[in-house]
Amino acid sequence: MKNMRLYRRRRRGNAVFLTLSVLAAGFGLLWLGLILTSLFYRGFSGLTPATFTEMTPPPGVEGGLLNAIVGSLIMNGLAVLAGTPLGLLAGTYLAEYGRYTRLAFVVRFVNDILLSAPSIVTGLFIYEIIVVKMQSFSAIAGAASLMVIVVPVVVRTTENMLLLVPNGLREAAAALGAPRSAIIRAVTWRAARAGIVTGVLLAIARISGETAPLLFTALNNQFWSTNLYQPMANLPVVIFQFAMSPYEGWHHLAWAGALLITVTVLGLSIIARILESSKRN
Amino acid sequence: MEGRDKVKIDVKNLSFFYGGTQALKDITLPIYDRKVTAFIGPSGCGKSTLLRVLNRIYELYPNQRAEGEVRLDGEDILHSKQDTNLLRARVGMVFQKPTPFPMTIYDNIAFGIKLYERIPRSELDGRIEHALQRAALWGEVKDKLRESGLSLSGGQQQRLCIARTVATKPEVILLDEPASALDPISTAKIEELIDELVKDYTIAIVTHNMQQASRTSDYTAFMYLGELIEFGNTEKVFTAPTNKRTEQYITGRFG
Repeated sequence: MKNMRLYRRRRRGNAVFLTLSVLAAGFGLLWLGLILTSLFYRGFSGLTPATFTEMTPPPGVEGGLLNAIVGSLIMNGLAVLAGTPLGLLAGTYLAEYGRYTRLAFVVRFVNDILLSAPSIVTGLFIYEIIVVKMQSFSAIAGAASLMVIVVPVVVRTTENMLLLVPNGLREAAAALGAPRSAIIRAVTWRAARAGIVTGVLLAIARISGETAPLLFTALNNQFWSTNLYQPMANLPVVIFQFAMSPYEGWHHLAWAGALLITVTVLGLSIIARILESSKRN
Repeated sequence: MEGRDKVKIDVKNLSFFYGGTQALKDITLPIYDRKVTAFIGPSGCGKSTLLRVLNRIYELYPNQRAEGEVRLDGEDILHSKQDTNLLRARVGMVFQKPTPFPMTIYDNIAFGIKLYERIPRSELDGRIEHALQRAALWGEVKDKLRESGLSLSGGQQQRLCIARTVATKPEVILLDEPASALDPISTAKIEELIDELVKDYTIAIVTHNMQQASRTSDYTAFMYLGELIEFGNTEKVFTAPTNKRTEQYITGRFG
C-alpha cells in the first residue's frame, strides 16, 4: 500500500531539519542573551541617582549623564517633530494620491535607498551642508541628520499601513461624495493610526542609538547646554568617547548610558508591539 | 407601467473597459424614478461594473474607462466636466461587504452629512436619528451612538451603511449585492428596507438571489457576458421571459 520506507525517510529528514533550525535559533539567542546580561549587569552597577542629576565629569571625578540625556531628548525630539509630518505626508502621497504613478515609483525607490543608507553617510551629508556652512558643530545639525533617518522610516510604515486599509473603505467614503482629502483625514488615517504611530515609535528607537551621524554634527559637549547653535552632549557620542577612554569612572558611565538607550529602545518596541496587537483585535 | 414611469437614469450605448478587456458591451436601458431596478446574471456578467459606472466610483482606479452616455435627469454624467464628488453625493452606493468607518456610530453618519452641510448640532442629531430610523436600526443603537460602528453585527453594520447613505439625501441609491454577506433574517430586514426606501429614492440593486430580485424589484435587467440580454417589468421577466437564456438562468439551469 503506502510506501513506509519513503515515509520514514521523510520523518528522519524532518527531524534533522528541525534540529538544525533550533540550533541556529539558539545560537542567535545565545549572543543576544550574553550581550543583554553583561549590559544589564554592568549597566545597573554603573547606574546611580547621580547619573540623572549630574553632568558628564572630567576624568577621575564622579559625575552623571544629565547633559547627555537631555541633549539626546532635545535632538531626538526635534528630529521626530520635523521628520514625522514630512514622512506622514510623503507616505500618504505614495499610498493614496500617487499609488499608481511613475513619480510614486521613483519616490518609493529612492526612499528605500535612503532607508538602508549607512547612517555615517547621512552624518557626512549634514556635515557638508550645515556644519561647514555654519562653521560650527551644532544641535541643529545633529537633529537634522537624525531627521534624515526618521523620514524614510515614517514614509515606509505610513505607506505600508495605508496600503493595508481595504479599498472598500475608500470606496465607501468616496460613494458619499467625499473628496480625496476628506477620505484620507477622516477614514484611512484613522484606520491606519495604530500602525502609523508604531512606525514613529520604531523611528525613535532607530535614532536613539545612532552615533555616526551625531559624531559629524552635534559632536559632544562636556557641559550643560540647550543652545541649538552650539555642540550638544548626547548619549551615543558620550558612550563612544567614554568607552574608548582609559578611565574607570567613564567606563561605568558608558555602561549606564548604554543601558539607558537599550531600555528605551526595548520599551518603545514593546509599546509598538502592544499597539499593533491591540489594533488587530 | 413602463409608459407612466419617469426615467431617472438613461444609459445609452454604454461600453466599459478594464484595461484592454471589455466588460460591458453597448448597454442601453432606463432606470426609472422611484422604482427598484434589479440587475441579475451570472458572476462576471458585468452587473456590478454597470452599477460602478453610475456613480463613477470606478475612477478611483487606473486603466478603467467607460464609453457611451449615462444621463441623470437628462445630463450626461460621463461628461468630463461633471464633478465626481457632487455626482456621488446625488448617487449613493452601498457595497456587498459592510464598510463601517473606524469611528462611532454617530460619526459614521455625521461624516457624510458634514461633507456638504453646515448645520447646528441639534439639527444634526435629528438627521442622524431620522436616518437610523429609516434604516430600521434606531431601536437597536439609540443607546450606544458613541460606540464604534465596528462593534455592530454584520447585518447591523450593513444597515448602518444604508443609514449613512440615506442621511446624505441622495436621489439614487445603488445597492451592490447588499445582502449576500448576511444571514436570512438580516437579509429580510434589508429587503423590507428597500420596499420602504423606494417611496423616496430611485434604487438599483445587483443581486445573485433570484427570489430577492423578484421580491424587491419593479424592473429587472438580465445580463450575460457584458451584454444586456433582457430588460423589462420584473413580473414579465420572471414569468414570461422573451429570451431563452433568461429563462434558463432564472430557472437555475445555468449560471
